[in-house]
Order: sequence, then C-alpha cells, then structure tokens
Amino acid sequence: MSESTVKKQVLQGNEACAVGALAAGVNFFAGYPITPSSEIAEVMSQCLPLMGGRFIQMEDEIASIAAIVGASLAGAKVMTATSGPGFSLMQENIGFAAIAEVPCVIVNVQRAGPSTGLPTQPAQADVQQARWGTHGDHAMIALAPSSVLECFTMTVDCVNLAERYRTPVVLLSDEVIGHMRESVALPAPRTYKVESRRQPEEGETEYCPYCACEGEPLPPLAAFGGEYRYHVTGLTHDARGFPTMVKEEVDRKIRGIVGKIEGCADELASYEEFMLEDADVLLFAYGSTARVAKSSVRQLRERGVRAGLLRARTIWPFSGARLEELAGQVDLVVVPEMNLGQLSLEVERVICGAADVRALGKVDGDLFTPDEIAGFTMEAVGR
Amino acid sequence: MSEAIEVARTYLRPGKKLPTVWCGGCGLGIIMSAMLRAIAAIGVDKNKVAVVSGIGCTGRMPTYVDFNTLHTTHGRGLAFATGVKLARPELTVIAAMGDGDALAIGGNHFIHACRRNIDMTAIVANNQIYGMTGGQYSPTTPHGKRGTTAPYGNIEYAFDTTALAVGAGATFVARSSVYHAREAGLLIEKAIRHKGFSVVEIISNCHTSYGRMNKFASPVAMLEWMRDNSVSIKAAEHMDADALEGKFTRGVMVESDKPEFIQSYDEMAERVATDPAAVANVKKVIQSYDAMADRLKPENG
Repeated sequence: MSESTVKKQVLQGNEACAVGALAAGVNFFAGYPITPSSEIAEVMSQCLPLMGGRFIQMEDEIASIAAIVGASLAGAKVMTATSGPGFSLMQENIGFAAIAEVPCVIVNVQRAGPSTGLPTQPAQADVQQARWGTHGDHAMIALAPSSVLECFTMTVDCVNLAERYRTPVVLLSDEVIGHMRESVALPAPRTYKVESRRQPEEGETEYCPYCACEGEPLPPLAAFGGEYRYHVTGLTHDARGFPTMVKEEVDRKIRGIVGKIEGCADELASYEEFMLEDADVLLFAYGSTARVAKSSVRQLRERGVRAGLLRARTIWPFSGARLEELAGQVDLVVVPEMNLGQLSLEVERVICGAADVRALGKVDGDLFTPDEIAGFTMEAVGR
Repeated sequence: MSEAIEVARTYLRPGKKLPTVWCGGCGLGIIMSAMLRAIAAIGVDKNKVAVVSGIGCTGRMPTYVDFNTLHTTHGRGLAFATGVKLARPELTVIAAMGDGDALAIGGNHFIHACRRNIDMTAIVANNQIYGMTGGQYSPTTPHGKRGTTAPYGNIEYAFDTTALAVGAGATFVARSSVYHAREAGLLIEKAIRHKGFSVVEIISNCHTSYGRMNKFASPVAMLEWMRDNSVSIKAAEHMDADALEGKFTRGVMVESDKPEFIQSYDEMAERVATDPAAVANVKKVIQSYDAMADRLKPENG
C-alpha cells in the first residue's frame, strides 16, 4: 500500500464502477435491471441514500436515461448503467443529451449478440453502436476498461469528461470485466482529479447556455432552479436554447457538438503500450480482449515473432496519431475483437495501407484464448 | 382582462417571438393561459418552476413560458421531469403533454409516474388527434371518428385518460375542457397544490385536423360541443348511464393522501442512516474510501 493508493481489496468490476461513480461525485442514478450490469444499480441503490444522493429504478431504459438527463439539468452528477438491449433503447435520449449538451454517463456492460443474444456472455459488439447508435451527426466519447481498477478510474474519467465537454460519455465495459473479481488498490482520494461543469460567473446577467459563435469556449451550464431561466430542447437551437431553422445557426450547432469532441481526439486518446519498442507486428486491442492479447504477445515473442500491443483505453473519438506512427514501424497489424471487425475498420482507415491490417473476430460468446490470437498472428506473418 | 394581461406580462418569455406555432383558435393557448393563472395564483417564484414537455403541438408550450423549460423527446417528458424533481425537490415541476405524447408513446412513463406518486403535475391536453403530424388517429380518438390514418373511421377504442390515471394510482386526477377555461385553471391550481402526482386532463380542440375530418365547422363549434357534451361530476352523480352516454365528466375524480415518493425516500434515508447494519454494509462497499466516508452523515462516523 503506497500513499497514492488505499489498501488492497477484492472488488468486482461492476462494483468498482459504482464506487468510481461515487468517488467522482455522482449523486443521481436511474437505471433498469439488466444482466450483466445490474450490480452497478444495486450498489448505487445501497449507497446513494446514505450519501445524500438519489437512486431510482425507472420503468425502462428510455426512462432511465431521460431521468438522468433531467437530473443533470437540475445540477446533479448523473449516471446510468445497462447492457446491449438497454443501450439500444437509450439511443434516443443519448442523442438528446448530445444536442442539448447535457453531461451524463452511460455504462454499457456489453453482452453477446444482437437482440437478447447471450445475456451472460461477453462481447465487444456495441463499439459502433456507441459511436453511431443515435441518429444524426454527433460525436461521442467512449472509454473501454480492461481491469477492475480501470472500472474505477475510467468511471471517474467518464464523469469528468461528461462534465467538461457537456456531453454523454459511454463506458464500454463487458461481461468479463464487469463480473471479474480482482485484488485492486484503488487510487487514494485526492490523487486524481474530480471535475464539475463550469457555473456561470456570479452576476452574469445575459446567460446563454450554448455557443453563439464558432470556436467559442463551451459556456457554463446553469442548473434549473438557480437564478437563470433558460430553454432546453432537442430541436436545433440558438445560443439561448430556442429553436432555430436559420441555416447558419443550425450548421454551427451541429459542427459545434461534433467539433468540440472530435477536435480533441488526440488529446483524449489514451493507450497502454506493451513491448512495442522493437515490434514489427502490432496487436491492437481493448477491453477484456487486450488482457488476452498481452499473453499472446509473450507467446509470439517466445516463438520468435517481435510482437507488441497497443491497448486503446479511449475508443471514441478514435485517434489515429499513435497508430499512424506505428504503421511506419510494423508490417502487420492484428485487431482481435469480440465482434466481426468493428474497430478494425477504424484501424484500416487510419493506417491507410501503410501496413497489412487483419481483423480477428469472435462472436461465440467466449473470450479469446492467448493461443487463438497468437496462432492467427503466426499464420498472418506466414510462419 | 387586466388579470390576463398581467399574467401574460409576468410569465410569457420576453423577447420570445409570438405568435405561437399553434393554429389560430387552438385550445392550447387556453391551456397555457390556465396553467399560468394557476402558477400566478399560487405565487411560485419563476426560478422555482420547471415546465417539461415531450413532442407535438403541446410539446412547444415550454418555449413560450418564462421558467426553467425542457422540451424533450416524444413521450418522455415525465421521465425527464422525474429526474428534474428528484435532483431538485424544491422545484414545482409541471409536465405538459398531448394525448399521443402522454398515452401512446409515453403511456408507460405515464402509468409509472401515476404509480410512483412523485410530487409533479401532468397536464394532458387531449385534442383526440395527432395534430402536428397532420391528423392521424391517437389513443383518445373516439371509436368511429376519422383521422388521416383512419380514413374510414377509427376501429380502435379510446383511452379514458382519467380512469387510466386513477387505475394507475395517481393521487389527484381531474378533467376539464378549454371551453371551461376558468375551471381548467382552478383545477390545475389544485393539482399543483396537491402533494403527490397529479393529472389534469383538458379536453381541447384541434379544428384543423380533428374538426375538419369530423364535421366540426369551426373552433367555436368544437367548444360548443364541449359545453353541450360535458357534465360536472356532481351532476353526473344524479344521471343514469343512458343520460351520460357520449358525454364526458368534469371535475376532481380523485384526491387522496398517499405518502409522496421523495418524502418516503428521505424517510428511508433517515431510517437507514441510523441502522448499523445498513451503514456497515455501505462502509464495506466504500471501505477504503475516506473521501466518501466524509459524505456519510456525521452520525454514521
């Protein structure tokens, strides 16, 4: 136990996520039961009443995200948690939060298959849904934890990013990460940053909740019930929040909500690099698959292949900067995912032919084994 | 008249371009005005009122009124309102919805809001049609009446909004019409004052869509229909089923006491705060978290 951490304990990923939310100051949670995310709601329902916060179980996931967006506008720090089927239902109001620029965090503990699929098995098949699940142009921030510790730290990050960018942020966990128990030393309080949305300056008379011109810093978000009365709508709106059909205003609004996030892609990008110094084969992975890929790298090295791992913590916005650099160094990029190639498309787009990109998909509800990824890679390098 | 001008000056948004998006003669203006008179009579600080809506003609109502206003997605107004109220219980929260918004796409949210008994007021402006999208039949279009998607007459049966609310457990349920504008305002006032979830259905006129397809010559004809085909609850007590056929009742259907959600939540929080087992369990979850232990109430140590 060092000064920067607290004493080690055995925690489940979903529990760590809930504790992370509480550590980040989340004081409102609305959710609907769904496997494999329900433990998050359970912990929140247990803790929030004792910590001055509020928990409510809504009638469905549509209502859950609606309630957190409403609570966020009333000044609360908010989160909900779900899995694929519930995430689908939430898309409508994720779009609302995106255009109305309301901070909120959605935890998606991914499970396998479209529709009901395999409720108790892991997948990474909501990667593109997280990006494009709601209609219309928008941007998205999504982080993918690979450990119980990251369920804690990344939930804190998600809350911070939601508050900073006034936007919905998705934690793309999965069944394995969510239900795994690990011995973790959580970071000590005050060793990490907790951010809250900016508030209007005292005495500000003309409060505008939205940007009035391009490139302007994101305005503060006043809470309902304070001294500023304003309008919030899912219609395209002007700086004061009122509906507009003026072409310039509409164009600025949409470019604004995309640009404020896409424009920070490199800044938001976070990677773990493993044995990349001399690598000529790159494994690109995230979430629970990345844990396996690490073992695969070791196996490949033992078999004479100079492999390395780039583990993406930030999935969206997708940053190409580091990948582009590495594409000049390696000949082959292997992208193992528990889906049929959702993020490998982004990798291909960024690398643009500079190295060979091979997608390794898995959709049987099981985790990869180190052998599977190593074997696929051996075949791809022609050995 | 001067009261109306005073209310308009106080509660309509300054600088917000009027007229509204509503058709000339639409009942929604009467409902908005009734809501504003109710708020004025109670005298709530404008900063402490939140008006939430969904989609449709009624959904536009918050745009014009000078409160904290939230125009959400179709049918979801009450779910958003739930979050607003729970995060800031000191706010007076009103959800304004049309019949399609409240009872079709938002029907699930509506019944669960009734069941939970959170201290909010739902105003259901029932014009028996989807107005904004061009007159399609709604869950309150009467059997046999026409809509643009029921060109040969509606073969479905209408919801009785207030019976639904009563069945789902709302603790204040009332109905009036835009013809009975003064009564509508008074009922909304009672609803807002009620501690718990309140529903006020106001029968309204969509002459543009419903009226045109169902042989009403004008908005006035529709208001006269409301006058001639509604009965106060008191009068209805002395009428038999035949006499009430085709008529709707007006007044307070239900006004009952049931512990309000937030009050119950806070009582539960108080109770568990002094329950050593509950406190110990929470401490176990956040055991290593001194920072959070600070946030536990002092008596929990």
